[in-house]
Amino acid sequence: MNRPRTWPAYVALAAGALVMIAPFVWQIVVALQTLPDSLRVPPKFTPSWQWSNFAEVFRTVPLARQFLNTVVVIAAVTAGLLLLCSLAAFAFARLRFPGRGGIFTLFLAVLMVPGELFLIPRYEIMVDLGWLDTLQALIAPGVFGAFGTFLLRQFFLTLPRELDEAAQLEGANPLQIYWHIMLPLVRPGLLALGLLTVMWSWSSLLWPLVVNTDPEMMTLSAGLASLRGQFQTNFPILFAGAAVASLPVIVLFAVMQRHLIAGIAFTGSKG
Amino acid sequence: MARSARASTAAAYTWVGTANFTDLLGDEEMAGALGNTLLYAALVLAGVPLSIVIAALLNVPGLRGLSVYRTLYFLPVVTMPAAVGLTWRYLFNGDFGAINHLLGLVGIDGPYWVGDPDVAIYAIAIVGIWSSIGYNAVLFLAGLQSVPRHFYEAAAIDGAGRLRQFFRITLPLLTPTTFFVVVITMINALQVFDLVYLMIDTTSPALSGSRTIVYLFYEKGFVQNQRGLAAAIAVLLLGLILVLTAIQFRLQKKWVHYE
Repeated sequence: MNRPRTWPAYVALAAGALVMIAPFVWQIVVALQTLPDSLRVPPKFTPSWQWSNFAEVFRTVPLARQFLNTVVVIAAVTAGLLLLCSLAAFAFARLRFPGRGGIFTLFLAVLMVPGELFLIPRYEIMVDLGWLDTLQALIAPGVFGAFGTFLLRQFFLTLPRELDEAAQLEGANPLQIYWHIMLPLVRPGLLALGLLTVMWSWSSLLWPLVVNTDPEMMTLSAGLASLRGQFQTNFPILFAGAAVASLPVIVLFAVMQRHLIAGIAFTGSKG
Repeated sequence: MARSARASTAAAYTWVGTANFTDLLGDEEMAGALGNTLLYAALVLAGVPLSIVIAALLNVPGLRGLSVYRTLYFLPVVTMPAAVGLTWRYLFNGDFGAINHLLGLVGIDGPYWVGDPDVAIYAIAIVGIWSSIGYNAVLFLAGLQSVPRHFYEAAAIDGAGRLRQFFRITLPLLTPTTFFVVVITMINALQVFDLVYLMIDTTSPALSGSRTIVYLFYEKGFVQNQRGLAAAIAVLLLGLILVLTAIQFRLQKKWVHYE
C-alpha cells in the first residue's frame, strides 16, 4: 500500500504545537524580566535574566512550605484513594452481597453530581472538627471517590472467575484474595487512577482555597491564586511562582506519559 | 490553629424553607451567571472539532514523533489552572499583552480581553479550549485507533479520497467517542471556576460578563458568607447538569452510531 504524504500533517501539528507551548515559553521569559521590561509596549520577547524574581517569590510567600504541603497532601490522598477505592471496587466486582446493585447505582448517581454540591456540607464538617487551616482538611475529603471505584471495578471485572474459585479452594478469605491475587493483576488500573489523582489534586483550587486561608497551610495552587492578590500586575514575580508550580507535574508527566495516556484512553472506552 | 470558635454547625443555620431558591429566581447576578456559563459551555463545545482534527493528524499512518507531539499538546492539561490563568491574563492584557501585539501586526485593534464584560467570556473560553484540546485528542486518538484499517483500504479501492474517507468512515465510527467527549466537556464547562478566578480581577467590571455559576457560588458562600444561598446555587447547578445531560442522551439516538 502506498503511504499518503505526511508532510502536511507535520506542518499542521507543528503549528498547533507552537500555540500549545508558546504561553509556557513566554511565561519563563517574563519570569526572568524586570518589572518595567515586562510592561513594555511593544512587548519585549527576550529575558533580562532577572533571577532574583525567583528569590523574591520564595521570600514573600512560603512557597517551599506550600510545595511541601502539596506533596504531602497528594501522597496521602493518592495512597488513601487507591486503597479505599480498590477495596470498594473489589467488593462490587467480585463479591456477592445483598443490595450490591442498589448501592452501585447510588455510586453511579454520585458521579453525576458536581463537586460543589458537597463543598458546603464538607466545609461545615471541617468547621465542626476544628480542621480549618490544617492539612487533614485537604486530605480527608479526597481519599475516596465514586469515579475511582467505578474505574477500578471495570478492571476487576475483566479478571476470570476461576481465580476466585481456585483461591477459595485453597482456603483464602476475600481479603487475602483481594490483596494477594487481585490487586497485583489490576496494577495498570491502579497506576492510571493514581496518575489521574495526582494530576487532579495538583490542579485542584476551589476546595483548598476555601478551607485553608493561612498561607502556611495552603497548597501551591491556592498559594499561586493568592499571590495574584499581592502582586497584582507584577508579572515577573507571579510567573516565577507559576513556573515553580508548573514544572514538577510537567516533569512527572514527561516520565509517565505512556501510563497516564493509557488511563485516560481507558476511561473513554469503558466510561 | 483553627480560626473558628463556633459551637456547632446546626446552631448557625435557621430553617428558611424555599427562601434561598426564590431569592435566586429574581436575582440578576444569578441570571447573568447562568447566561455566562451556558455561553462558555457552548464556546468550549465548539472547540471539540479541533481535538478531532489533531487526533486525526496524529493518526496519519507513518507519522514519526507521535509521543513528542502528544506531550506538547498535553502540556496545558497537566499544568495547574492557577498558573495557566495567570499566564493568559498577561497575554490577554489590552495594553502590553502579546496577543494584541500580534493582532496589531496584522492590522487588528484587539479589545481589552479580560477587562471588557462583552469579551471576557470569549477570552476565558479560548483558554478553556486550549487547556482541554490535548485531553480530548487523547480520547479521540484512542477511538481512531480502534477503527479497523481495512475499512480505509476498502474505501481507497473504491476510489474515495482521504477527505471523503474522513467524513464517511472516520467521523461516523468516532461518534461514540465524540458523544463521550461532548458530555464530559459540557459537564466540566458548566463547573468552570479556576480560569475566571485567575483571569478576571475581583473588582473588574468584566466580571458581570464572565461570572459563572460556580464563581457566584464561591462569592456567595465564602466571600459574602451566605452559605445557604450558595448551597441553593449548587443544587440549581446539579439540576442544570442533569437536564442538559439528559438532553444529550436523548439526542444521541439521532447521531451516535454504535456498531
